Amino acid sequence: MGKTIAEKIFDAHFVDNPCDDIYVIRLDAVFCHEITTPVAVNDLVSRGKDRVFDASKIKAVIDHVTPAKDSKTALQGKILREWARRNEIKDFFDIGRNGVCHAIFPEKGFVRPGYTIIMGDSHTCTHGAFGAFAAGVGTTDLEVGILKGVCAFQYPKTLKIQITGSLPEGVYAKDVILSVISRLEVNGATNRVMEFSGPVVAGMSMEARMTLCNMAIEAGGTCGICYPDTVTVEYLWPFISGEFDSKEEALKTYQKFLPDPDAVYDGEIQMDVSDLSPQVTYGYKPDTVKAVRDMEGTPVDQVYIGSCTNGRIEDLRVAAQILKGRKISDAVRAIVSPATPKIFKQALDEGIINIFMDAGFCVTNPTCGACLGMSNGVLAEGEVCASTTNRNFFGRMGKGGMVHLMSPATAAATAIAGHITNSELYKA
Amino acid sequence: MKNFNGRVLFLDRADINTDEIIPARYLTEITKEALKPYLLEDLKFDGFDPAKDIAGKQVIVTRSNFGCGSSREHAPWALEVNGINLVIGESFARIFRQNMFNCGMMAVELPAGVIDRIFAEFSESPSTMATDLANSRFKITAGSRNIEIPFSISGFDRALVEAGGWVGYADGKY
Repeated sequence: MGKTIAEKIFDAHFVDNPCDDIYVIRLDAVFCHEITTPVAVNDLVSRGKDRVFDASKIKAVIDHVTPAKDSKTALQGKILREWARRNEIKDFFDIGRNGVCHAIFPEKGFVRPGYTIIMGDSHTCTHGAFGAFAAGVGTTDLEVGILKGVCAFQYPKTLKIQITGSLPEGVYAKDVILSVISRLEVNGATNRVMEFSGPVVAGMSMEARMTLCNMAIEAGGTCGICYPDTVTVEYLWPFISGEFDSKEEALKTYQKFLPDPDAVYDGEIQMDVSDLSPQVTYGYKPDTVKAVRDMEGTPVDQVYIGSCTNGRIEDLRVAAQILKGRKISDAVRAIVSPATPKIFKQALDEGIINIFMDAGFCVTNPTCGACLGMSNGVLAEGEVCASTTNRNFFGRMGKGGMVHLMSPATAAATAIAGHITNSELYKA
Repeated sequence: MKNFNGRVLFLDRADINTDEIIPARYLTEITKEALKPYLLEDLKFDGFDPAKDIAGKQVIVTRSNFGCGSSREHAPWALEVNGINLVIGESFARIFRQNMFNCGMMAVELPAGVIDRIFAEFSESPSTMATDLANSRFKITAGSRNIEIPFSISGFDRALVEAGGWVGYADGKY
């Protein structure tokens, strides 16, 4: 019987089958940030087990609240920093070198096809864009991952999602994934891996694939996953050129994880996106999705461009194209958070930061920032934000606030108009 | 093992997310105890008032997809420090469900029809849930009325509950 990508990865990492369909698998990487890791660290210390299974496989970053905003967040950073030092974790990204975890770790080449990865963060599903099994976990799974390098999961069931047709101009990966979530609903993929394929995904950049996989969790999915191909190899080549004689060899090695033609799926859907228009959420769940044209004119107080969903260089380029030579409306305030220092520098070099500033945006340092209302960009009660992030739960960005999720293009157009509007109106 | 018996808090809404269970603004805390006052602070629906309704409850009965959203284990911890170790629902988000058992707590799924019946017959009265883990049965009681409800959890989940969580289980084994 054929296997899916996730099944092949599980088989290659098998440690134990304690009972039923539970598999304990070996981990290739454990990612850590300052919000969910300190409690695990403190517990390991209190158990007299302050050690790590393999310091080279642990990557850590301060990203949620950075620089620290108060004594409590300073302590979270301190716990992570000191733990990384005493356990000789070399890949620790402190203030000045830090960025949003799901942007900076792939950017550093830490994610490879066929890898198994956990992190105490639900959007870890992002890394499936590389053909890896990457799942968000809680602090206890993280703690065992740090100590033992293993994690337990149900043997993966997979939902095959084929994206067909061709993406119209002005419609992006964010619109595709919002439309997928709208169709599946918020628990439509629970306990399943979402395997994205088809010509539209094959034609996407790694950045776009990360946007796609990033929101798998919003349909309940354990992981999003894309097929490793030449796009994957090209992105990774600076990091893997020492391991392979040629790109062809790398591709051949990675493609052994491709699903077999007779792989068995727990459901298949096909979506033709040729007629898809820009999408936006209207409620407090990520599956409450409408066409932007049906939300035209909805007033907003704040516009936010950034996050692990849409804070990458391609996202900033798209927004800058729309913002160039224009000003944001007096009715709104707007914030952009480039997701990593590399992206920030690229945006500086390409003149994108100037475009944002000239338009009237506040440019922040790389951080998770406004997305979850923990640090900057918090909404007041009753305020509304047009946002390129991934969650629109009630109060997500600040107590009593509302969030409309959308693509960077729609967010930029909305900033200019002062209300939700279609980026088509701002074509150069 | 933790306590899985007590007064029932009925939360009659689907898709209660972890931001509603414990808002992100409290994730700056690094002890479980500090989360105690904030449980379900952002959960808003008619007939629920966190300030009045949580005190004295040890079991939650709810609808589908409870615990969706963020991976924060602060959600089970906020329940735990309020004395709630058992959530019964139609279904759970994967990470939340795993976090509960990883902490030696329980998130138990029952068929929609059974959940409907519990809500219909008990949610208007002060009700108590008793858990017979060995025989996999709940007994819900309100006044002189009660029903017994069989449930099933996997052998792995049961082992986690008995070990007090995943750290205890994994440390001896891997």
